[in-house]
Amino acid sequence: MVNEKKIQIKQVTDVTVKFAGDSGDGMQLTGSQFTDTTASLGNDLSTLPDFPAEIRAPAGSLAGVSGFQLHFSSSDISTPGDSPDVLIAMNPAALKVNIKELKPNALIIVNTSAFDAKNLKLAKYDSNPLEDDSLQGYNVIPVELTKLTMEALKGTDLSIKEKERCKNFFALGLMYWLYNRPVANTITWLETKFKNKPKFLEANKNVLMAGYYYGEMTELFTTKYEVLPAKLPKGKYRNVSGNEAVAIGLITASLRSGLPLFLGSYPITPASEILQELSKYRNFGVRTFQAEDEISGVASAIGASFAGNLAATNTSGPGLSLKTEALGLAVIAELPLVVVNVQRGGPSTGLPTKTEQADLLQAFFGRHGEAPLCILAASSPADCYWSAIEASRIALKYMTPVILLTDGYLAFGSEPLRIKPFDELPEIPVRFKVNPDDFHPYSRDENLVRPWAIPGTPGLEHRIGGLEKKHIYGNISYEPDNHELMINLRQQKIEKIADDIPDLVVEGDQSGELLILGWGSTYGAIREAVTRVKENGYNVSQAHLKYLNPMPKNLGSVLKNFKKVLIPELNLGQLALLIRNKFLLDVLQFNKVQGQPFKVSEIENKLVEILGGKNGK
Amino acid sequence: MENNNVNTINVPEVKYTPKDFASDVDVKWCPGCGDYSILAQVQRTSPDFGVKKENMVWISGIGCSSRFPYYMNTYGFHTIHGRAAAIATGVKLANPELQVWVATGDGDMLSIGGNHFIHACRKNINLKIVMFNNKIYGLTKGQYSPTSEKGKVTKSSPYGTVDYPFNAIKLATGSGATFVARTMDRDPKHLQEMLSRAAKHNGLAFIEIYQNCPIFNDGAYLPLTEKETKPDNVVVLEHGKPLVFGANKNKGIKLDGLNPVIIDLEDGKNSINDCFVHDELDDNPTRVFLLARFTDIPGFPTPIGVFRQFHKTPYDIDLMNQIDFLTEKKGKGSYEKLMFTENTWEVA
Ligand SMILES: Cc1ncc(C[n+]2csc(CCOP(=O)(O)OP(=O)(O)O)c2C)c(N)n1
Ligand code: SF4
Repeated sequence: MVNEKKIQIKQVTDVTVKFAGDSGDGMQLTGSQFTDTTASLGNDLSTLPDFPAEIRAPAGSLAGVSGFQLHFSSSDISTPGDSPDVLIAMNPAALKVNIKELKPNALIIVNTSAFDAKNLKLAKYDSNPLEDDSLQGYNVIPVELTKLTMEALKGTDLSIKEKERCKNFFALGLMYWLYNRPVANTITWLETKFKNKPKFLEANKNVLMAGYYYGEMTELFTTKYEVLPAKLPKGKYRNVSGNEAVAIGLITASLRSGLPLFLGSYPITPASEILQELSKYRNFGVRTFQAEDEISGVASAIGASFAGNLAATNTSGPGLSLKTEALGLAVIAELPLVVVNVQRGGPSTGLPTKTEQADLLQAFFGRHGEAPLCILAASSPADCYWSAIEASRIALKYMTPVILLTDGYLAFGSEPLRIKPFDELPEIPVRFKVNPDDFHPYSRDENLVRPWAIPGTPGLEHRIGGLEKKHIYGNISYEPDNHELMINLRQQKIEKIADDIPDLVVEGDQSGELLILGWGSTYGAIREAVTRVKENGYNVSQAHLKYLNPMPKNLGSVLKNFKKVLIPELNLGQLALLIRNKFLLDVLQFNKVQGQPFKVSEIENKLVEILGGKNGK
Repeated sequence: MENNNVNTINVPEVKYTPKDFASDVDVKWCPGCGDYSILAQVQRTSPDFGVKKENMVWISGIGCSSRFPYYMNTYGFHTIHGRAAAIATGVKLANPELQVWVATGDGDMLSIGGNHFIHACRKNINLKIVMFNNKIYGLTKGQYSPTSEKGKVTKSSPYGTVDYPFNAIKLATGSGATFVARTMDRDPKHLQEMLSRAAKHNGLAFIEIYQNCPIFNDGAYLPLTEKETKPDNVVVLEHGKPLVFGANKNKGIKLDGLNPVIIDLEDGKNSINDCFVHDELDDNPTRVFLLARFTDIPGFPTPIGVFRQFHKTPYDIDLMNQIDFLTEKKGKGSYEKLMFTENTWEVA
């Protein structure tokens, strides 16, 4: 039979796959296995999981659908893809939830075993979509996934439930065949995972291979696809999610600065993984402190900073609100502190599992008094790593709190991170004050930075606090002129950081009709949209802000070089407000506040709308 | 590291004098404020705390009491209202060699800082918390505090409060504090003894100090501190000693089931052998709650002294042991170990 079948191998540059099933179906695992294998083949990739908001939604229900989207390519990509080319639907609910996102003609592999009356009802289907004509326009491949899995496991002594649970590996095996990927990575993974449970190891391996051979043998497929390796810059890579990247970025900064890392934290979605990840690294001397609340999280970090650690705290919106008062203390005490805010939909509890960029103004102004601090935003999962290092560098060099903004989309999305050799990493020198001669806690160096003299240093005993301090000497001072001086010095110190950051880079023409200016996680979508409109003959330039406070020194002149500036944001226009205010420039806004990232097509349409009729077309 | 005197590693070579611990800042509490005595006793006993001056840190929140660190010539951090215990926790975990003291008030620690307080006790963080209890908000000029007695007339309760006060000893004990003591600003010797013992305790030490605020709550503790009335109103807790009080040591306290009863030691019916014998090492908190209740029962003397002291490995030591253990087991972390995991691949 095998030989009778003629299989064509078709090369494609770009594929978006979505694995979707019930929360219990192991879709995240399936997706990440496919991702790891794909990464090791040298494709560029970007992933995005979407899990249900409920921890255990009823099985088979629409609310219980869990999905994992993976975009991989032989060229350079920067988003997990707007709409999948392939959907693996493990049950009717997974089909229903995802069908509207698919590309026309998309391939849908359905687990027909799960399309029984009960599941159809749970998915609120009046009739079976596999039997009516509602799936016209798609390339539907029915596979009795559950049944085939059970058959593959005939004769093993697993329970029915245990056997059924292996079906995601059937789907994975089938996908490996379809996209011409080796199974070896996953087998190695299974061998480690089930080292002490040989019966599960055997079962999963069998099912994986059964899925793979099924593709080979069934008449259903006549084509398999190949996505060649991407031409990524040379080097070593690993796949990272945004939260993981923040964690290892902080540890890298700890290694680079030679300071122990302290994290004071309180669990909150979507930031908890940073605490969880860091708590694994005890042998790196990492001190994670799961505090009683976010106030204690930041307060303990401030204490650790006072005592000479690289101190950080991480949270999401509601937690950042709780940390507000303590951040003011860190500002006036002038202590280094990294604050990672993984933004989510707000206000209040809002949309805890969804993404948004609406904490920018809070980061800028969410403290009483004049309380400037440095603000950075990461633009991609891998950039979360570099941003965590940069936030640490600035905090330590300038004795200031730094807020690093990421968001739910970056936190869970993943992409390859190119690992640099240790000596190519940014330097993070730390000089504690140790010489008691002429020591004044609020004297300042050429960058207006005060000395860091930590407890345990003989002869430098001193007191600091939240009350206004006398310039240079640090004693409490209520003098009107001194207060104004200190307010200005703290402000100028933050502004001076602009001398130490790179100029804003404009991708594309350096002047022209339209500049699209973004910040944070919208980078990938903007970039792909710009690429597409350019392919269609329009001209547009892109710039992306990583440094929000202070902003790059050349920003003003960059903006002046364009007739129009468009700022897309996942909020009601917070960066737009800042830019208008700072440069008296009437920027165009493009806002979306749905708890979802921008789709490439949305930005593309907006660009075409603005450029319509002009500039080339 | 299971050493009950964790601070021996820091023992100074030089012998300090109290003056070494006095900073050059003018002390600015109101005249007659009980805080002066507390400061004096701390400075007097600091040379005996067994730490180098540079390893002593004072952290405070906000309140009159929280000005304390400015007056100590050690490292100090005057922070924000209620958060001293949390900030001190970070200091201790960042550098366990430091002896970290917290100066705080009843409002600072039991109201806005209540959450941090109970959790610091629960976790047995190795902090020395000295709470100045004047049963009033001093710095904000005279509102009632969580320790003000019910019915108290203050600026914010002109008709008397309608809320019940916290009993700090019960709260600390219930939260798992491993050293719980009470003393008074007007009893310098006793205050010094409590401070020294707290300094030597390996684990969280909590001292409640009854402190007079002559401006907003004058005389709150008068019956306990005046020569004539003190003997009848204060019972000094001493380990292994029976609970006896009164001008001629003529009264005692015995237990009737779980109820304390005051007995007359001169009426021939009871003897000192019937008295409740204090056992501060008992890690069962039941007897501490019994003692702590005295202040809530009219006619009973107020206990001062160490209510309990027992050993439980402090948080910082467990944390550092875990770091050492895992460093030994997995090898010291390095950039290579961090970045080049099994899922790394190479693009040539
Ligand atoms: C967040 C915040 N809320 C309120 C205050 C005002 N405040 C300062 S001290 C204080 C109470 C102080 O009482 P206590 O802790 O008993 O100290 P005392 O002044 O009596 O020594 C209050 C309410 C503040 N500084 N910060
Ligand atoms: S207000 Fe009371 S507690 Fe505050 S300094 Fe004056 S006397 Fe002391």
